[in-house]
Amino acid sequence: MKLTGVAHRFTPNDDINTDYIISGRYKFKIDDMNELAKHVMEDIDPDFSTKVRPGDFVIAGRNFGCGSSREQAPRALKAASVGAVIAKSYARIFYRSSFNVGLPLVECDTDWITGGETLSVDLDSGTVTCHGTGKSATIVRMPRTMQILLEDGGLIPHLKKHGGFLLDEVTEE
Amino acid sequence: MDKTIAEKVLSSHSGKECHAGDLTIADVDFCMSQDGTSTMMIRELESLGFSTPRTKRGMAVVIDHNSPCPSVDVAKIHARIRAFASERAIPVYDVGEGVCHQLVPESGKVLPGDLVVGADSHTCTYGALNACSTGLGSTDVAAAVHTGKLWFKVPGTHSMTVGGAFSTRVGAKDLILNVIGKVTSDGATYKSVEFAGTAIEMMDMDGRMTVANMAVEMGAKFCPFTFDGITKNWYSSLDIEISGGVASDEDAVYERRLDFDATDLVPKVAKPHSVDNVVDAAQLSGTDVQQVFLGTCTNGRLADLGAAASLLKGKHVKDGVRLVVAPASRKVFLEAMNKGIVSQLLKAGAVFVAPGCGPCVGTHAGIPSDGDNVLSTANRNFKGRMGNNKDVNIFLASPWTAAATAIAGSITDPREVQG
Repeated sequence: MKLTGVAHRFTPNDDINTDYIISGRYKFKIDDMNELAKHVMEDIDPDFSTKVRPGDFVIAGRNFGCGSSREQAPRALKAASVGAVIAKSYARIFYRSSFNVGLPLVECDTDWITGGETLSVDLDSGTVTCHGTGKSATIVRMPRTMQILLEDGGLIPHLKKHGGFLLDEVTEE
Repeated sequence: MDKTIAEKVLSSHSGKECHAGDLTIADVDFCMSQDGTSTMMIRELESLGFSTPRTKRGMAVVIDHNSPCPSVDVAKIHARIRAFASERAIPVYDVGEGVCHQLVPESGKVLPGDLVVGADSHTCTYGALNACSTGLGSTDVAAAVHTGKLWFKVPGTHSMTVGGAFSTRVGAKDLILNVIGKVTSDGATYKSVEFAGTAIEMMDMDGRMTVANMAVEMGAKFCPFTFDGITKNWYSSLDIEISGGVASDEDAVYERRLDFDATDLVPKVAKPHSVDNVVDAAQLSGTDVQQVFLGTCTNGRLADLGAAASLLKGKHVKDGVRLVVAPASRKVFLEAMNKGIVSQLLKAGAVFVAPGCGPCVGTHAGIPSDGDNVLSTANRNFKGRMGNNKDVNIFLASPWTAAATAIAGSITDPREVQG
């Protein structure tokens, strides 16, 4: 899988929680993900939803998606046409939910990404590359389980396709 | 042999020997969802042609995050949830019953050694009952409800030993804030955390739920406590007789061991805007607050309301401070009434809102004004968490510190309060 888009950075960089991704002010009363997408990342970048273009990347440091289990967070990012999140590490619930709803998460060093540049992500070769500078980073290998979920389009399509979990045949992490 | 509680529970639920790092498909005993997470689960279940939960003891849906309903938009969501559950005979805990993470334990549907998933991050609370219980997204919970199973990566385990005994007006919340301050907000990501030691052995069930509840704030997946006499007696109070639970083996392999001493522990506060930003309450002495919130799945239980009332009894909340109280459940509310706790808090100037999540999640029932400082007994102090992101600062602390702060009108070490 190859993705290309513009990098968007935020403050804070670490511990971007799911309240920041989609605030409780909206997620409890709006059940339409396309409407929620208009408010995604609003509390740490009020203009993000108007700036983001299809395929763009959300860039972060450690522990992206910590806090609430709200699945509206990965769903709203996906509805906002974010191509992938690129971060140093992810919180557990957000990590599973993103693959469950078909939002790719890329794990690699992100300190070298300044924001505003165009990046290419090659999940097959495992690299993130900056178009302008040629700088690149190696992606932490995506667990086979997550690759399967991503290939199947998420957890529910996976269950429908295989009539249950195929994942117990997965031996590697 | 050589297994942690997480390894034992995942082994027994998947019919094979599991160790940390393994992937497994395990049988799930019970599931829950709440009004902020149910609609996505419902859509996925409908697409799967779901009819009835295949989990061992079914599931429950709790309307607690916006309860009673604050708007027409939310009313539509509530109606959708009620209709879905009613058609499939799924129990709904509706408006006024309380917070999911008090109601599920009270229901007796989660037993020692169980494997539980819930569409709410604080589902780890049931670890207090010796269960392996964790929060997940709505899609994972839908899969578990529909198939009765879910895939798990068996977590490594961190051991936290808490020696000594708590001093007066210091307890479970101060401990877990101190632990998170040391471990940091992602220091236990994907891990199971087992607490042990004399201070834990003496801790009542309300305190254990406070500790287990906040395990997710350091990234943890499970926080199973050891089954003991306190667990047994707690179940007896529900007319459920349990003889034993799941314990880790003496030679269990822990990835990390940390030691804490309750005797030296002082009241702690997590400063804005992250839960691991922890200092001594005394260091914030003099910080004015405009609102104090006592409640939530962390600290809205009987012991918590009682602790606050013990300081507020015969005193009054400082002029200009709003003390909002949300009991964790109807049962807690009634017991607090019967013990005189409710009248003590009311006379001291508190305002009660319905049992439920109340102001914690920022939807209604106590949204702070621009620039307010709020001291809350909740588990999260993220910017905007309580519904207003304009210069609102949320400080997290124990019910004792909340009461002391409400009396003084500024953050106060509860040991400073006379009487």
